[in-house]
Amino acid sequence: MLSIRNLSKTFSSAGEPVHVLRGVDLDLKAGERVALTGESGSGKSTLLHLIAGLDAADSGTIRLEDTEVTKLSDAGRAELRRDRIGLVFQQFNLIPSLSVADNLAFQARIAGRHDAAWSKELIERLGLGDLLKRYPEQLSGGQQQRVAIGRALATKPSLLLADEPTGNLDEDTAEDVLALTRDLVARTGCGFLMVTHSLHLAATLDRHLTLHAGRIA
Amino acid sequence: MKRALWVLAVLLSHWRRHGMQFATLLIGLIAATALWSGVQAINQQARNAYDRAAATFGGVRTAMLVAPNAATFPQELFVKLRRAGWPVSPVLEGRVQINGRSLRLLGIEPVTLPVDVGNAPRLGASDLSSFVAPPGQTLVAKETLTDLQETEGAAPQISNGAKLPPLRVLPQLVPDVLVVDIGVAQKLLSKPDQVSRLLIGKPKGKPAPLASVVGEQLQRVEPTAETELERLTDSFHLNLTAFGLLSFFVGLFIVNSAVGLAFEQRLPMLRTLRACGASARLVNTVLVIELVALALVAGLIGLVCGYFIAAALLPDVAASLRGLYGAQIPGQLSLRPEWWLAGIGISVAGALVAAATSLIKAIRMPVLATAQPRAWQQRQRRWLILQSLAACAVFAVAVLLLYYGQSLIAGFGVLAALMLGAALILPAFLDIILLVGQRTARGPIALWFWADSRQQLSGLSLALMALMLALAVNVGVSTMVETFSRTFIGWLNGRLAADVYISASDNAQGVAIRNWLKERSEVQAILSGGRAEAQIQGQPVELLGLPDHALYRERWPLLETAPRAWTQLVPGNAAFISEQLSRRLNVRVGDVIEVPAPGGAWELDIVGIYADYGNPKGQLAVNVAALIRHFPQTPQTRIGLIVAHDKIPGLIAALQKQFALDDRSVADQATVKAESIRIFNRTFAVTSALNAFTLGVAGIALLTSLLTLANSRLPQLAPLWAVGLTRPRLAAIELTKTLSVALFTALLAVPLGLLVAWCLIAIVNVKAFGWRLPFHVFPLQLIELVAVALLASLLAALLPMLRLARMQPANLVKVFANER
Repeated sequence: MLSIRNLSKTFSSAGEPVHVLRGVDLDLKAGERVALTGESGSGKSTLLHLIAGLDAADSGTIRLEDTEVTKLSDAGRAELRRDRIGLVFQQFNLIPSLSVADNLAFQARIAGRHDAAWSKELIERLGLGDLLKRYPEQLSGGQQQRVAIGRALATKPSLLLADEPTGNLDEDTAEDVLALTRDLVARTGCGFLMVTHSLHLAATLDRHLTLHAGRIA
Repeated sequence: MKRALWVLAVLLSHWRRHGMQFATLLIGLIAATALWSGVQAINQQARNAYDRAAATFGGVRTAMLVAPNAATFPQELFVKLRRAGWPVSPVLEGRVQINGRSLRLLGIEPVTLPVDVGNAPRLGASDLSSFVAPPGQTLVAKETLTDLQETEGAAPQISNGAKLPPLRVLPQLVPDVLVVDIGVAQKLLSKPDQVSRLLIGKPKGKPAPLASVVGEQLQRVEPTAETELERLTDSFHLNLTAFGLLSFFVGLFIVNSAVGLAFEQRLPMLRTLRACGASARLVNTVLVIELVALALVAGLIGLVCGYFIAAALLPDVAASLRGLYGAQIPGQLSLRPEWWLAGIGISVAGALVAAATSLIKAIRMPVLATAQPRAWQQRQRRWLILQSLAACAVFAVAVLLLYYGQSLIAGFGVLAALMLGAALILPAFLDIILLVGQRTARGPIALWFWADSRQQLSGLSLALMALMLALAVNVGVSTMVETFSRTFIGWLNGRLAADVYISASDNAQGVAIRNWLKERSEVQAILSGGRAEAQIQGQPVELLGLPDHALYRERWPLLETAPRAWTQLVPGNAAFISEQLSRRLNVRVGDVIEVPAPGGAWELDIVGIYADYGNPKGQLAVNVAALIRHFPQTPQTRIGLIVAHDKIPGLIAALQKQFALDDRSVADQATVKAESIRIFNRTFAVTSALNAFTLGVAGIALLTSLLTLANSRLPQLAPLWAVGLTRPRLAAIELTKTLSVALFTALLAVPLGLLVAWCLIAIVNVKAFGWRLPFHVFPLQLIELVAVALLASLLAALLPMLRLARMQPANLVKVFANER
């Protein structure tokens, strides 16, 4: 479902080129759950951003199902994120001026794929029924991350990408949130690629990859 | 479409959670639109009035035939021209006095009056017979009827004893004009068979050449687009427009800071929208739609406010225009649809301009933002250098305009360039001052104080620019008005030489009063004056007759004079010229001027130039006896008296009793002076109001900027709180910082304001009014304005500071919790 070949990305820092990714190859099957670890600055988040079309690669290819992401325009990448990818960030990135209910429905609505039954099921599974009228600032970190996961899965994406989704949570909450995510991924059958620092959490997924010196080790 | 609506709903949800910010944005847009539209409404009202005046039964908007010496000519020429196929209509014009009040009398011939004389009031067929048939009618504006304290149907008496036909109101007519049938006018003005001009209608065929019919007795004058009044008042309206524009820009500063804050706060939201798949084009389009929608709402509210501002200021503006130029503006506001459309347009355009930097940032924003504070700081430094270079270029333009510009527009150009340059260079100036403070600081808190003030500067600079501009305009205009006021009062003390002023209703009463006064022992001197009107080089000129009396030699102020000027005046072949007329005609002492008089041209040597502040007309002062010789129709109704001071009230009471004179016809010097000063003060009331508005809007701009900064400054303040500074102390330091930069700005605004005052006095006033005032500085006034600026800054800083002093520690702790 996801196929990455010879992917490279270089940044410039203080005038010096920094080669973050140096020819990454990666395959992910439908319904497969993969953890990606690596030391700080190894390029984990960059890889995730390139897959999501948030940034453009210097060379190499990314293919999601029948679409070559690396050949898409900015608008095409936006469409891809809207319709086929779910994104979860460490900082939750909820919209502070919208209620929980609106945040949950937001991506599905702009994708024009709001499914009331699935939305109801998501709210129940994520335990957000009593929090729907609250605003993000009135929620704990764990609650906010559950809303972010609900928002990302509301469109039933082909691929869920999570960048350190438990980085801001305590250990118990992190395990609960990840367990919920695993269940929901299994329910939707989408692929799941998670960047994490925690080897313990990485071990709970189907496969564990490590990024080192810009390559999959 | 549905997708766009969802994005719009998300963007709008921000305002629901940030009501104060939303209010600030609306206030900025409303203030900008209201002040601009208010000023435009006043200008439009005045221009409509000028149009009405110009079109009054064939003003300068109609082609006409006149005598080359601008005097009247025989009616016989009219008959000849009609027979030769010329579609002409005669008009006789003159002035009459009713109860001491001078009015313009127009005699028309309604049957031949061309139908295409601009938007002149038309007489219906049914009214025609009652207008022409005895006793006829006198058409007047409603305002004239009120001023004369008469009712419709009344037939008031004019100064020569004749009675006007019954008065009838014609609403479209301009005030201070009486319109009668030409036959009636010829009798009233004692000019039988005489005509002032012939209005030309559209010819049906090709009439015979003018010269073949009347020789060189008449010349054709083509219609002009701009009247003398419009030309004279251009400067006043330009002045108002400049004020409106300044307030508009200050309002836009508020919008800019509110939109900038909203953008900074919505940055994560915009990124999330993009991350969730809303395309950049969609988000940016919706951002623009949101802004335009807000501008439309604020524009409409601003227009309503503008209407009320205009309605409130209009009486003062009308008084100013009457006092300065003799222009008559109706006090009731009527607006055209274009005004509403232009107001909405300016609101939308202003909002887009003010939000341009934020919108460009949003358009260029990458989905993944990298925090690069160092790079940002360097960019700010580059901007500061570029801004300072631009300021130098603008100053160079000001210098060029000062040396090479000749027009009033160039004068305003100097002012605009000066203010723009100063605003651009202000951040660099403040940066240098704060850097000096930083270098000389002792102790960690002091060092932080100066360093942090510098860092804060970029966020505050727009508001500080607005404050400086508003203050500089206040300093400039207040200095100019105060200078004018003191010069005017000094001049008035000299000009009002007599102790008592009398205005007789007609010549006969004038003679009777003079005879009666000769018998009164308390009267030390009787000074009879007179006024006549003439046209010199196409401009209306007033001829002022002065009696030969030592008092005038001692007290009448002259700016330039030839040797023995007063003695030269007595025989009647010399004149003093008013400063504005000397500039307009480019006439100096020693030149000769030719005045067209009924008996032929009157040659006058110019032997002095005098100040004549506030007079819309050019004036020549001549010996009164000579004036009456050359202009026999001059009413001899003005009398001045020198009286022992303690006898004045008794004499006035006796005069009123003996000749049934009212308060308008006899007044002592103090009353006339008080009335003149009252008119003067009213003339500048509108300036004071606009000054206050501008300073108020600048205060709001500062408040919004401080509120904007307060939200983003927590990360800077929280570490200080963490190391032991209490919240009230932090708030006090923040307040001191704001007041310091405001004080530096105010101190820089003072020299700029004085430069503005100099420009107004030495360039704009001279070009606009024709007089130059001496330049004075009023230190107390300057101290007062700096204090007002600091007070405005204190009020603006108080709310964010109180918030900080009362802030819950949990909010400060959050800063560390969110650290990444």
